[in-house]
Amino acid sequence: MITHGNTRDYLDVVLVAPVTVPYVRYSIRNSHWFVAQALSRLLKSSGLEKPDVDGLSLGSFMLAPDTAIGLTQHLGITVRWLDHVPLGGACGIVALRRALRAVQAGDAEVVACIGADTNHVDSFRQSLGSFSVFARDAVFPYGSGGPNASFAFLTSYYMRMYGATREDFGKICVAQRDNALGYPHAMFKKKLTLEEYLDARLIADPIRLFDCVMPCAGAEGFLVMTRQRAEALGLPYAIVRSTCERHNAFPDDPIQMRGGWVLDREHLYGGAGVEPSDIDFVQTYDDYPVMSVIQLEDLGFCAKGEGPEFIRGHSFTTDGSFPINTSGGQLSVGQAGCAAGFLGLVEAIRQLTGRNLARSVPDARLGLAVGFGMITYDRGLCSGAAVLGRADA
Amino acid sequence: MIPPLVRPKPKNPILRTRLPLLPPWARSRAALGLTAAAALGRFELQVCADCGTVQYPPREACHRCLSGTLRWREQAGIGELISTTTVYHSQDSFFRERVPWHLGLVRLDAGPTLVAHLHGGCAPAPSRVRIGARLDKSGQGVLLAFPLGEVPHMADDRQLREMTCDPKFRKVLVTDGKTQVGQAVVRALIAAGADWVWVGHAEPWKKFAGFAELEALPQVTLLPLDLTDSGSVKQLAGEIGGKVDILINTAEVHRAHGIASRSGVEVARAEMDVNYFGLLRLAQEFGPVMRARGADGPSSATAWVNLLSIYALSNYPPHGTFSASKAAAFSLSQCLRAEMRPGGVRVINVFPGPIDDEWNQLLPPPKLTPEALAKALVKALRDGVEDVYPGDVAQEWLTRWQESPKTLEREVSL
Repeated sequence: MITHGNTRDYLDVVLVAPVTVPYVRYSIRNSHWFVAQALSRLLKSSGLEKPDVDGLSLGSFMLAPDTAIGLTQHLGITVRWLDHVPLGGACGIVALRRALRAVQAGDAEVVACIGADTNHVDSFRQSLGSFSVFARDAVFPYGSGGPNASFAFLTSYYMRMYGATREDFGKICVAQRDNALGYPHAMFKKKLTLEEYLDARLIADPIRLFDCVMPCAGAEGFLVMTRQRAEALGLPYAIVRSTCERHNAFPDDPIQMRGGWVLDREHLYGGAGVEPSDIDFVQTYDDYPVMSVIQLEDLGFCAKGEGPEFIRGHSFTTDGSFPINTSGGQLSVGQAGCAAGFLGLVEAIRQLTGRNLARSVPDARLGLAVGFGMITYDRGLCSGAAVLGRADA
Repeated sequence: MIPPLVRPKPKNPILRTRLPLLPPWARSRAALGLTAAAALGRFELQVCADCGTVQYPPREACHRCLSGTLRWREQAGIGELISTTTVYHSQDSFFRERVPWHLGLVRLDAGPTLVAHLHGGCAPAPSRVRIGARLDKSGQGVLLAFPLGEVPHMADDRQLREMTCDPKFRKVLVTDGKTQVGQAVVRALIAAGADWVWVGHAEPWKKFAGFAELEALPQVTLLPLDLTDSGSVKQLAGEIGGKVDILINTAEVHRAHGIASRSGVEVARAEMDVNYFGLLRLAQEFGPVMRARGADGPSSATAWVNLLSIYALSNYPPHGTFSASKAAAFSLSQCLRAEMRPGGVRVINVFPGPIDDEWNQLLPPPKLTPEALAKALVKALRDGVEDVYPGDVAQEWLTRWQESPKTLEREVSL
């Protein structure tokens, strides 16, 4: 057992069976349907039976009035470890961290981690007003109709402070769309040009249409089990070198120009025994391109404010100098509620287990998946990250 | 630069009147403190009673020291506009009809970061701004970032005008032109740019003092209106109800009596008949049509003003029956306010202390001049507040009443 600080490593537990329930723009099904399909795919993909899965971690916004417990009866599963993680863009990382420890401690043998949400025609609008008390009291009455205005403030501020241009953000979006063209489940199947990005209709200045994700329905999932079990089952697996999680970091910053990663990156890389330069691809949490840039800075790929320079010096496609969001990210795949918090993780597991649906990053050994979410007022409260590795990494 | 408001064209009567929508009105109970202060024209935030930390958004406990005692305190509102955006696409129906809509993110010098509606006169970020609280169309408190100083056509800002009831270019009904207060209100409205003022008088066969001067004003039309007569109210509503943007009920009967100083109920009944039932008759005839016109173009129905009395809060025994009638009217106005809210029409209550007129002859100064009252009323419309207590006496009563209604009751009956 290796520890970094007081943190135990994860070397005896692994991630297997990355699955996706293909996204649709709108569904008349409830979230329960998507959870069921995800679980079904996890079983099929792993060759396990329902009784083999004795732990469930569920991330979903739209189960109400149910929570994870209701789903056990709904899906007819008996588990001895249960978790409900409605933390949006951070739910994948948080679910992963808890499930790893549960399996390591022997509280569960196989934990199914699922992020799933439906999207009815009017559900996005309805969910906005009930997202949080602060949003209902202090954001929603101002007409923003969701996080667009909040991220417009951040984007505008970032551009002014650090000299980023629309073209810089556009380069990321265009590259991700290129990645998405190789991924069968992406909602967007058409090439995006920089001109189209720049000329798209204004949503909340300076944010335009292709800076925003498309709300949709879908699910993502993976299984956590011991390495021994995965090897016995003959399942390809990814390992976890290190993780971090932080909530409500830097509450006194006037505006969010950094997240909790700044507090945790030393621990994250120290625990993994790697440097940022060792990472072969990054799955950022790309709800808006400015957040991808902030994550790259906070996670040590460049210094604060050097994001624009970094973008200009790199290419971000799977065959580029710095592959990010290799399946297209939310900006091109779509944002299926809490499944968005799993999207990058599941794609990272695929890349590292050779189960690619998207184009593969050549010889990828180490990948970084980032979680970010829960804009309850003016900023995202949750941040997390995980350094994953190929079985031999 | 704020483009000056232009006089709206007469409405094409064939066109459909748009139904009023409201901005999102749901709030937590804690957040209603912002509304309560904004109703008085004040910007207040919660301040921790133990460590002094200023809080926003409104909450249940101090985010520094976890104290459960947070008190609403008036704020200077000065801060830095750190970022701005213009919303072009909204999921909300009210704002969908009103985009583009300007918003600002402001770091108050007092600490918290605020999302605020952005007045068009603010300089681009970064710049210094002043936060004020206003009631929006739903009657809930919201924050607005203003430029530090005055800018030309400040009141004409499109977003600000959604939250105020400025009489400029609007059509107003003043229910009684016979009193000095009624006449002062008419003059103040015209000075404030009202386009058209209908003035009621209960006894059209009589020429009251000041009649000729009123009649000579080009904006004024005198019309018969007797609030004690349901038919009269109904008839006038049928004639002009669909055009009134602001209704100001100045009609009142005021006699200086308690209970024992007079026998019989005739005087009290006359007071109630105008002060309470008159309001009820007006509200039944004019309320629904004004509520339906809450989003009728640039000069939609916007406000209903009641002339109440500070004695509505606590009975003043020398004017005991008058006080009771105003208390009844105050209570009814709260019902009217609730019923007008779906149309976005603001109900403004004016609570003056003694007005310098013949029925307050025996009261010592200070007394409120009709002109001062009219000025306060127009200011209330411009600021879009719900409750206004003009003059020193009203302010003093209010302070005493807020501190202890029971103490006030004993003080005024000594």
